[in-house]
Amino acid sequence: MTRKILSAIVGTAVLGLAAGTASAATLDDVKGKGSLQCGVSQGLPGFSNPDQDGNWSGLDVDFCRAVAAAVFGDSSKVKYTPLSAKERFTALQSGDVDVLSRNTTWTMSRDTALGLNFSVVNYYDGQGFMVRKDMGINSALELSGASICTNTGTTTELNVADYFRANKMDYELVAFEKADEVVAAYDAGRCDVYTTDQSGLYAQRLKLKDPGAHVVLPEIISKEPLGPVVRQGDDQWLNIIKWTHFAMLNAEELGVTSANVDEMKNSDNPSVKRLLGTEGEFGGAIGLSNDWAYNIIKEVGNYAETFDKNVGPDTQLGIARGANAQWNDGGLQYGPPIR
Amino acid sequence: MALQDVSQDVGQPKVAIFNDPKVRGWVYQVVLLVAIVYLVYAGVQNMFANLAAQNIASGFGFIGRNAGFAISQSLLEYSQAESSYGKVYMVGLLNTVSIAFIGVILATVMGFIIGISRLSHNFVVRSVATIYVETFRNIPLLLHIFIWYFGVLRLLPQPKDSANLGLLGLLNNRGWFAPKPIPQELFFLTAAAFVVGIVLTFVISRWARQRQGKTGQQFPTFFAGLGLIIGLPFVIFLISGLPLVFDYPVAGAFRPKGGMTVIPEFMAMLLALSSYTAAFIAEIVRAGILAVDKGQTEASHALGLRSGPTLRLVIIPQAMRVIIPPLTSQYLNLTKNSSLAVAIAYPDLVSVFAGTALNQTGQAVEILGMTMLTYLGLSLLTSAFMNWYNARMALVER
Ligand SMILES: N[C@@H](CCC(=O)N[C@@H](CS)C(=O)NCC(=O)O)C(=O)O
Repeated sequence: MTRKILSAIVGTAVLGLAAGTASAATLDDVKGKGSLQCGVSQGLPGFSNPDQDGNWSGLDVDFCRAVAAAVFGDSSKVKYTPLSAKERFTALQSGDVDVLSRNTTWTMSRDTALGLNFSVVNYYDGQGFMVRKDMGINSALELSGASICTNTGTTTELNVADYFRANKMDYELVAFEKADEVVAAYDAGRCDVYTTDQSGLYAQRLKLKDPGAHVVLPEIISKEPLGPVVRQGDDQWLNIIKWTHFAMLNAEELGVTSANVDEMKNSDNPSVKRLLGTEGEFGGAIGLSNDWAYNIIKEVGNYAETFDKNVGPDTQLGIARGANAQWNDGGLQYGPPIR
Repeated sequence: MALQDVSQDVGQPKVAIFNDPKVRGWVYQVVLLVAIVYLVYAGVQNMFANLAAQNIASGFGFIGRNAGFAISQSLLEYSQAESSYGKVYMVGLLNTVSIAFIGVILATVMGFIIGISRLSHNFVVRSVATIYVETFRNIPLLLHIFIWYFGVLRLLPQPKDSANLGLLGLLNNRGWFAPKPIPQELFFLTAAAFVVGIVLTFVISRWARQRQGKTGQQFPTFFAGLGLIIGLPFVIFLISGLPLVFDYPVAGAFRPKGGMTVIPEFMAMLLALSSYTAAFIAEIVRAGILAVDKGQTEASHALGLRSGPTLRLVIIPQAMRVIIPPLTSQYLNLTKNSSLAVAIAYPDLVSVFAGTALNQTGQAVEILGMTMLTYLGLSLLTSAFMNWYNARMALVER
């Protein structure tokens, strides 16, 4: 009996000590596992959505694939963990996923109080409203008294509170945990309004019984910079995530695409040479091989390619580049130079 | 010789103190307690150290901070502009308690009716009850909740074609909007009459029981009570000039304004929880009744009691002793199952506090700890009440 108690006490003491030396090298973990564990949404067309066979696609999924390409030279070495808005941060904190790439808004409290680090913005968004066309509503300012459906655990429910308060309007918030229930309840007429990130509205509209019967109102009531998130305390991994996105932006700016990347290897442009690893040792500085960016572009493509393929004007979502255009094209996307 | 020795030993035991079983027992208890306290302390300490090492905020400072989100049903004055996370906790708790409390009552009534029906001599009644139990018991609760919720939503009209229930207000898929009674100055008289009615009913029922014990004469306590509790206040209400006005809901483009609202999430949750739990209670009731010896029924019939009084006065009181303990676990189940409400946006404790508040603050450990303690407290309270009731029922045994 006493011996058992003693061993239990020793056990906790050891546990307590072990906790102090939590390992931080995500890159080594990922390499050891042989695949990247990526936290995505439970199904948001254009961003992260599984098809019938369980193959994931979307802008956020392409980001995961790009990281895998940079680390392994193989974009298929990704495993996806679908997460609700509510679960996502805990999953990242506890190490269930290596990176969270799930239309997640960068806010100060999330960046500072959760032990997490935001890295880059791979999609600049803002919150919008969707209503039924036959209600004859043209502006969000006509929504006083409306019932509004949305997701819990999002910035959305806070923004809507601010907006209605600022405009002295009354509303009823009906907040569900899962996005599919929000869509179903809105479709069943429980709410007059569906609110979330505007990109999300275009995506979720496709899931409604009659998508054509709904309009997205012109107002954008918030800034929603969406991007990948990692745990604090691992600068190398943070750098890999950041530079994966920047490589895709630089590639677009330099005209390097998945189709011409092999030819481009012979380019005389020093910027292209540094990007594709034919000059300099940039990959080594972040613990990767020198052709890390070549692999990203070869396997996944540059930023414009993934944007156009997943959410661009020719897709069902039909979203224009807008704020997500390159900086020299009137947008906000700006890849710092590789040098 | 040996006998003598023993008697001497009993007088003054010459055992060394560390061999005394009593002392040893105490020492072990204390050591165990210290070990447990240390384990808990070390665990908590370790957790906070880890949180700090990972730069995750901790502490209870968030309770006083402004929450800033809206809640669709609140029994307290709640404003998203001013109310704190502490208030969110209270609102969520009350929403959980109210659904559990009403759910338990409804489930009990339904469960008793169905359980007794399962033993009915009438084939149709018996079969219907059996089918009910077998279907409701065997469908997962979450599915029940979704079926009721989307069923309720489909069934009810859009706000612009609200069903007008006249005095009962409006009904549409945003909820039931009942007229809100607003008591005027003289309403306190009616309220007082109500209290007086209850007290008088108590007194009368005591007196009637004693008289029946002595003389065997019966007194219609039920109707007297009805008259006192409902009739008396009503008369006073009329005399004092109807001191109650109603705030009627007004239909509009969106949800009706004014009145009191019962949101569809509440209706669906209540229907799902109580119809599901009723199936289990029905089985418990049936088992309880079957556990009472058949001779009791026969003896009661032999005394000239008809089936109704036999059931009410002889069978059920004895069956209750078998019924109450498992019934308690059903009540606890119902309370805990109410946390599935988050699936359909009913703002219970798990949804608004362990859900939204947790997400906005990121303080999982504190919030989940509080939530767990709260459910534990609710369960212990329910058990305590049921144990008291059980003890009371058991005392009747002669
Ligand atoms: N960007 C917002 C909202 C993100 C969010 O969860 N949006 C919902 C509605 S578009 C969603 O992604 N649903 C998909 C899912 O839960 O799988 C945030 O980070 O809080």
